[in-house]
Order: sequence, then structure tokens, then C-alpha cells
Amino acid sequence: MAFDSFGAFLSMAGHGPYVWACYITFFVVLVQLMVWSYRRRTAAMESCRRGFELQEGEKGPAASSGASASFSRVTVSQD
Amino acid sequence: MWQFFHKLGSPKWFYGIAARFMPWLLAGGILLLMSGVIWGLAFAPKDYLQGDSYRIIFIHVPAAFLAQSAYMMMAAAGLVTLVWRMKLADVFVRAVAPVGFMFTFLSLFTGAVWGKPTWGTWWVWDARLTSMLILLFLYGGVIALGKAISDEKSSARAVAVLVLVGVVNIPIIKYSVEWWNTLHQPATFKLTEKPSMPAEMWVPLLLSVLGLYLLFGWIACLRMQTEILFRERRTRWVRDMVMADRS
Repeated sequence: MAFDSFGAFLSMAGHGPYVWACYITFFVVLVQLMVWSYRRRTAAMESCRRGFELQEGEKGPAASSGASASFSRVTVSQD
Repeated sequence: MWQFFHKLGSPKWFYGIAARFMPWLLAGGILLLMSGVIWGLAFAPKDYLQGDSYRIIFIHVPAAFLAQSAYMMMAAAGLVTLVWRMKLADVFVRAVAPVGFMFTFLSLFTGAVWGKPTWGTWWVWDARLTSMLILLFLYGGVIALGKAISDEKSSARAVAVLVLVGVVNIPIIKYSVEWWNTLHQPATFKLTEKPSMPAEMWVPLLLSVLGLYLLFGWIACLRMQTEILFRERRTRWVRDMVMADRS
């Protein structure tokens, strides 16, 4: 180890506050970025799942067991 | 080669391949970054000129490398978007811009804090620092422009053009320490030369640089997957994957 004691390691000959401020900020931002990105993907998965479940609910259980996609003709009034 | 290029254009293929690589990127990234940081903080020798404040280098340089590399990667993806209209390239730009923004912020912040004990000031308007600040604004501009245009195709083109215009800033950042008189020290690593610092200093630095690159890869894959899920939310493969995941 480059330091004689743990106290010397923390104080870094007076440069401790600068060094530790950088390291704490760096890791807080990095971990936040990682957690935020992970949560965004989980939320996107959840949102897709809810959408598909809603679609299935609208079609009814019988429809969901059959074809996975259906098309319905929409007639638009010409009046 | 062309087959790989075509595959790369498929969001479904990318989603699957990213999922396979991501655990390795995360584990390797954490391992390398932590080894580099612990080695640099506690075991690397003191710098004869700057004392212990130089230990900030083990996070400052990786953050600055990533800030510039991420922009270069975005520029390459921007070119692909304009020439081949590949959707995945635009997905990459959208996913990486906020990450690049955060790394640029970290590089500026750690640089400013390192500047105080070394130069006696937090900030100077010299070429290296100012061009890095411009990079931060460019990232901000890319994020804002992407959100401002609702049409997906127009938005992709506009973002790609902005990214390509902004790439002129990258050589300015790199060569600013040679072209102008700046307080900032010259490049730590050069591909053509052996580092001027001893191995006990540059090996941990190299470890933390590699570690952060791997973590960047993990974050980029994760964010690209999110963007793909959003864009492909009505497709059958997303439906099959999401519903299979449920059971």
C-alpha cells in the first residue's frame, strides 16, 4: 500500500477532500445511470405486457388461444 | 459481411444477441473498473509533482475517453442512418446520447476538482476545457432535438445531421493541448508511444479505462433494448417474448 495508515489514506496529504469528492460523485452518477437505465427497460417490458394483456382481455380467452393477430374492417360513413 | 450487416439491422436479432453479451459486459466492467480504481487509489505510487491529487486521473481519463468515443460512435451511427436508413443506428444514437452527456459532465467535474489543487483554480476558459464544455452542449442538443420532433424518420435524419456537424469538435478536443497554450497536460495514452508514466500508474489506469468501456457497452445495450421495445411494441416477436417472460 502507498500509505502508512488508514488515516493517511483518507487524508491523502491534504488532497483527500478533492480526491474523495471526485470518486463519490463519479460512482453515484455511474450507479444512478445504471439503475435508471435498468428500471427504464423493466418499465418498458411492463408497459408492453400490460398492453398485450389488455388486448387479450378485449378479445376474450377464446380469441387469445387462436390466431395471434386479427383484422377488422372499419366502415366509414361517406355522408 | 453483408449478411452480418443485414442482421445488424434487425432489432429482434440485436435484442437477442445483446441479452447474451450483457452479463459478461457487466461482470467484466465491474471487475476491471474496481481493480483499476482500488489499485490506483491505494497502491499506485504518489506523483512527485502533484502528490495524491493525481489519483483523480483513474476516473477522469476513462470518463473523458468515453465522452469522446461515445460521440465518435454516435457520428458513425449517424452516417449509417443517413446513408442506409438503418433504424438500429438511430436507436443507438438515442440510447447513447444521455450516457455520453453524463460521462462528459463527469469528466468536466472531476477535471475542475482536480484543477483546484493543481492549477489553483476550478475553471479556466482554455481550449481543452471549453471544447469539452461544447461537447456537453452538443450532447444536450442531440437529446433535445430528438425529443422535439415527433415524426420518427424526420427526427432520425435531423439528429444524424446534428451529430455529424458536431463531430468537428472531436479533433479540436484532441489536439487542443498541442495547438494552443493550455493549462491541461498532454495526452496520457498515445497509440504510437509508450506511456511516460511508470507501469504502476498506467496499468491501473488502463484497467479502469477498459472497465468503463465494458460498462458503457452494458448501459448502451440496455438502453438500446428499451428503445427497441418502445418502437417494436406492436410486433409479434415482442409480444411472444414479453408473454413468455410472464410465465
